[in-house]
Amino acid sequence: MSARLNRTNVIAAHGVLILYVLIALFPVFVIVINSFKSRRAIFREPLALPDAESFSLIGYETVLKQGDFFLYFQNSMIVTVVSLFFILLFGAMAAFALAEYRFRGNTMMGLYLALGIMIPIRIGTVAILEMMVSTGLVNTLMALILVYTAQGLPLAVFILSEFMRQVSDDLKNAGRIDGLSEYRIFFRLVLPLVRPAMATVAVFNMIPIWNDLWFPLILAPAEEVKTLTLGSQVFIGQFVTDWNAVLSALSLAILPVMALYVIFSRQLIRGLTSGAVK
Amino acid sequence: MTAMKLENVSKSFGPVEVLRDISLTVEDGEFVVFVGPSGCGKSTLLRVIAGLEDATEGTVTIGDEVVNHIPPAKRGIAMVFQSYALYPHLNVRDNMGLGLKQEGQPKSVITERVAKASRMLSLDDYLTRRPSELSGGQRQRVAIGRAIVREPKLFLFDEPLSNLDAALRMNTRVEIADLHRTLSAAMIYVTHDQTEAMTLADKIVVLRDGRVEQIGSPMELYNNPANRFVAGFLGSPSMNFLKHALQDRADVTLGIRPEHLRLGGAGRVQGRVTHVERLGGDTNLLVRTSADERLTVRLFGQHDASVGDDLALDYDDQHAFYFDADDQRIAS
Repeated sequence: MSARLNRTNVIAAHGVLILYVLIALFPVFVIVINSFKSRRAIFREPLALPDAESFSLIGYETVLKQGDFFLYFQNSMIVTVVSLFFILLFGAMAAFALAEYRFRGNTMMGLYLALGIMIPIRIGTVAILEMMVSTGLVNTLMALILVYTAQGLPLAVFILSEFMRQVSDDLKNAGRIDGLSEYRIFFRLVLPLVRPAMATVAVFNMIPIWNDLWFPLILAPAEEVKTLTLGSQVFIGQFVTDWNAVLSALSLAILPVMALYVIFSRQLIRGLTSGAVK
Repeated sequence: MTAMKLENVSKSFGPVEVLRDISLTVEDGEFVVFVGPSGCGKSTLLRVIAGLEDATEGTVTIGDEVVNHIPPAKRGIAMVFQSYALYPHLNVRDNMGLGLKQEGQPKSVITERVAKASRMLSLDDYLTRRPSELSGGQRQRVAIGRAIVREPKLFLFDEPLSNLDAALRMNTRVEIADLHRTLSAAMIYVTHDQTEAMTLADKIVVLRDGRVEQIGSPMELYNNPANRFVAGFLGSPSMNFLKHALQDRADVTLGIRPEHLRLGGAGRVQGRVTHVERLGGDTNLLVRTSADERLTVRLFGQHDASVGDDLALDYDDQHAFYFDADDQRIAS
């Protein structure tokens, strides 16, 4: 390290990174500290830390009492985890096919899938809604899972196929000569080696899905299938907003997504350090 | 009996022809080496035999069965790869046993064959280790062990020594030769290294641009190359080709191996030393001839030639090769 970077550069680099972290985390910090304050204290001194006088758990009490917050949590969790599972499963399989097999239209198929990265899925909202209505999937978690899976697949295929091309051909061929089926080669040999890429794809997709308001509002606004982001909206009224409750709900919403992130990032590091061929 | 037979095998990827009309046979117990420069199609040919690629035309026969439409695992072959290709999630024992397990062999057979192979390759102490905990040489031995336990009719080696360092390469080469003697199974070995080809093979197949240039025993090819390519490819340092050595015949190239040139004599080749390589046992002189062509002279023992010396060289006519304008060998 010291041989390649001098002290000034190290300090400058860390300075820039620390500054960026502060800027990025500041809104989160404000939300969390204000969620522990009384309503008056939030407006009088928004940036002050909660002290003995301003400390209040009223927001959390409201959140836990009103509405079915546990259910919203559960819905968000189901939608996010199942969508990620499908994105990774189908994305990896499609990527394997594109990377491994020579067939007519391989390149066209790759380009077609890459197109999905450039065209936002929300453009098709009306068509999607019509489709969901005619299939009777409106107000089900399945509707959200399908939409998010479709939304996440293009990027997943794009990233994973790049990584799968780097997996040693010899390893796959050794499997074929030993009589492993293509599925076993895919699941047992290739997937473990592209785990870092899988973790990247999961992290990329997880946050937008968890935070999305658009599709839950349009496709699944019913009480029993509300997601956390949509559920939090009950505290935001046209004339009065219960800021304590909103901030508390948002603070709570950070926790599960953080837990998921920790799981994936550990995979990411473990994947990078595991030995493969050679 | 033949272990493997190729008849008019061609392979193309789209418009690119990689293999053109290749026919050859491998007898039982024979050690055949495919050799050629990179990109000559030797690895593709091996993959066609293994069933990892389909031949565009022609038939592949292993034993007495046409195997064109039989998957790799059912062809009775085993393959050793350049990058070892061990399964990273399995230990040495399971790496070697996986193929047998897939065949549905009973546990006792698997244990027995793995034990036999690991004894043969002195891998007994490493059976519970993962590939990432082994050195390069050990990994290559595991890869060979994985092939042995299948007890195949035909072994395929795809440049198995390329990733090893020089000393280990020599040792492993001897081990593979020993293995061939012990197992007496047919083996096909792909390499770009002429030394490996010469030292291991019963029969060498020289390939260039997807075509077979010549097939024969190492000494046949060394003493009697069919064309300039084969002559230049086998032997190290490689053969000298002198276009202007024969004054009376401008279109004929003289080929003469470095070890067949000697100092003095009639002095049919004159030149000046440009570089000296002292190897102890041999001395290699790089010479620029009076006709401004480069050649190498290999002298046995140690010589105190130095750069800039003028030399007179000569050779025996029985060791001279002649090539026409199309690089084909001609009698004289």
